Amino acid sequence: MKHETPLLDQLESGPWPSFVSDLKQQAEKRAKNEEGIDFQIPQDVVEDLLGVLELSFKDGETHWKHGGIVGVFGYGGGVIGRYCDQPEQFPGVAHFHTMRVNHPGGKFYTTKYLRELCELWDLRGSGLTNMHGSTGDIIFLGTTTPQLEEIFYEMTHKHNQDLGGSGSNLRTPSDCIGQARCEWACYDTQAICYDFTQEYQDELHRPAFPYKFKFKFDGCPNCCVASIARSDLSFIGTWRDDIKMDQEAVQAYIGGEIPPNGGSHSGRDWGPFDINKEVINLCPTQCMWMEDGKLMIDNKECTRCMHCINVMPRALRIGDDRGVTIMAGAKAPILDGAQMGSLIVPFMRAEPPYTEIKEKVIEPIWDWWMEEGKNRERLGELMKRQGLQRLLEVCGFDPDPRMVQEPRSNPYIFWKEDEVEGGWERDVDKFREKHQR
Amino acid sequence: MHPLHIFSEVLQMALDYEESKTKLIEGLKKKSKSKTKFYFNDLAKILEAKPREAKKVVNRMIIDGHLEYWSSGSTSMYGIPGMGKQAAAEHED
Ligand code: HEM
Ligand code: HEM
Ligand code: SF4
Ligand code: SF4
Repeated sequence: MKHETPLLDQLESGPWPSFVSDLKQQAEKRAKNEEGIDFQIPQDVVEDLLGVLELSFKDGETHWKHGGIVGVFGYGGGVIGRYCDQPEQFPGVAHFHTMRVNHPGGKFYTTKYLRELCELWDLRGSGLTNMHGSTGDIIFLGTTTPQLEEIFYEMTHKHNQDLGGSGSNLRTPSDCIGQARCEWACYDTQAICYDFTQEYQDELHRPAFPYKFKFKFDGCPNCCVASIARSDLSFIGTWRDDIKMDQEAVQAYIGGEIPPNGGSHSGRDWGPFDINKEVINLCPTQCMWMEDGKLMIDNKECTRCMHCINVMPRALRIGDDRGVTIMAGAKAPILDGAQMGSLIVPFMRAEPPYTEIKEKVIEPIWDWWMEEGKNRERLGELMKRQGLQRLLEVCGFDPDPRMVQEPRSNPYIFWKEDEVEGGWERDVDKFREKHQR
Repeated sequence: MHPLHIFSEVLQMALDYEESKTKLIEGLKKKSKSKTKFYFNDLAKILEAKPREAKKVVNRMIIDGHLEYWSSGSTSMYGIPGMGKQAAAEHED
């Protein structure tokens, strides 16, 4: 290796695999270049990356400058400029820009597609990737400014692929695998994710928001892409009718003929399945019971937590009257602490062309946030500052008891005078007839 | 479809482009002694326009090369090309 890295080497001594070992492996691969690649950026980029990281550990401070003016023509996102502040010592990483690639829906793709992307990146970048970033993108780590347009051209023309979002943009929309493979998907997450990605290209590529904005689509409340915790607008599949039950299959679970949880805990003997212990007593709303050997559910109390369905998938199935619940304002802790989404739409249909969701939810919320949001203020912070009530007014929604998380914390909804019969005025004399001073 | 097809929209904008362009460049130059990078909100304020209208002007000015993007990765800002210390440092190649 080009640089001594005693501090980094120490990271390899722990019980877990280390990214340092991965970097060294990639550095060696580039040095040998057995495939005879005509590298378009310095061959020793990874060795210099290890070197600058070692120096940062030694100095206790970063050697990357903050941000930059790079991008592909007309796009304000998708490329994150990174420049090293010790370019003479580490010329291989003088430029080390990140590119975000809009990941395919549900994050599954063919090995052929993956190989093509990697070949492009070995040729024109460091070959280092991050599969996938927190937003979901395929992340290409480290290339030089002159390569950006080349990569973008090949990506869009050869691989039918676009850059993702970064900066004060709509970020790359992200979805669970949904109806492609999952029987619990209450709507087609991939269809809506693709539709919104196309519809909101301008928001995705040309930043004009106060800060980042994320959409995530979960087909059911299992929330495999954690939309409830990680997206400004979270779309979670749900149903309005009853959980469908097959009482014979319930008996088969009780009798041990079908393994619970789809057999996923069968690596160890947990004893015979106990429907009371493992399902009924764990129902968060206590709305299940056994009656004359039959499983009963009081569906109007059920919050669609998915627990019972996850444990007994062959006996219990999602209902048929399906749509989405929409939550707003979730975010990670950067400025004002972490926040989960607040419910703003208990139920809405999610079928193409999704006009109601676009025109009644997304666009009014964006107009409000673009006008009222402070610089670097997420939607969730604006909701805290101006109140959930303001958001409901903006969308024209009536407050609903299901929006109350718990009394006295979220939210206070105040009546306005014109919403109350007779307003605030009262006849004092009439009042005094019955009440003393 | 070409990725920049969205700009066909700017042909139908409500603000007059040339007028807005001059207003924005002058506004930014006036402030350029204290800073050279601006949030989108700052631009909308100078244009005295709603964000969506302002965005059409700003998008076209980017394409015409009168403005450029700056990004930290999490936050985006705008500047006049060639102005500011960072611009000087980054255009060295
Ligand atoms: C049928 C009669 C009543 C009903 C249904 C009722 C219901 C309620 C409810 C729903 C709350 C709000 C609880 C919360 O926000 O967490 C509340 C709060 C309160 N009630 Fe009543 N209430 C009744 C009678 C009374 C009476 C007779 C008094 C006093 C003499 C009283 C004193 C209070 C006080 C002081 C609070 C505020 C507690 C706090 O600060 O959290 N209530 N009541
Ligand atoms: C020196 C005496 C008192 C002090 C310093 C005091 C202070 C407070 C404070 C700080 C609150 C919380 C306000 C808020 O968070 O919005 C409160 C609420 C309340 N106090 Fe007092 N209080 C006093 C006397 C009383 C008395 C004598 C009564 C009843 C006869 C009373 C009834 C209430 C009620 C019902 C609330 C709840 C109001 C609401 O949550 O909407 N307080 N008080
Ligand atoms: S969120 Fe629900 S529908 Fe989507 S993959 Fe997970 S379990 Fe299936
Ligand atoms: S989905 Fe959850 S809340 Fe509904 S019945 Fe099953 S365990 Fe109870």
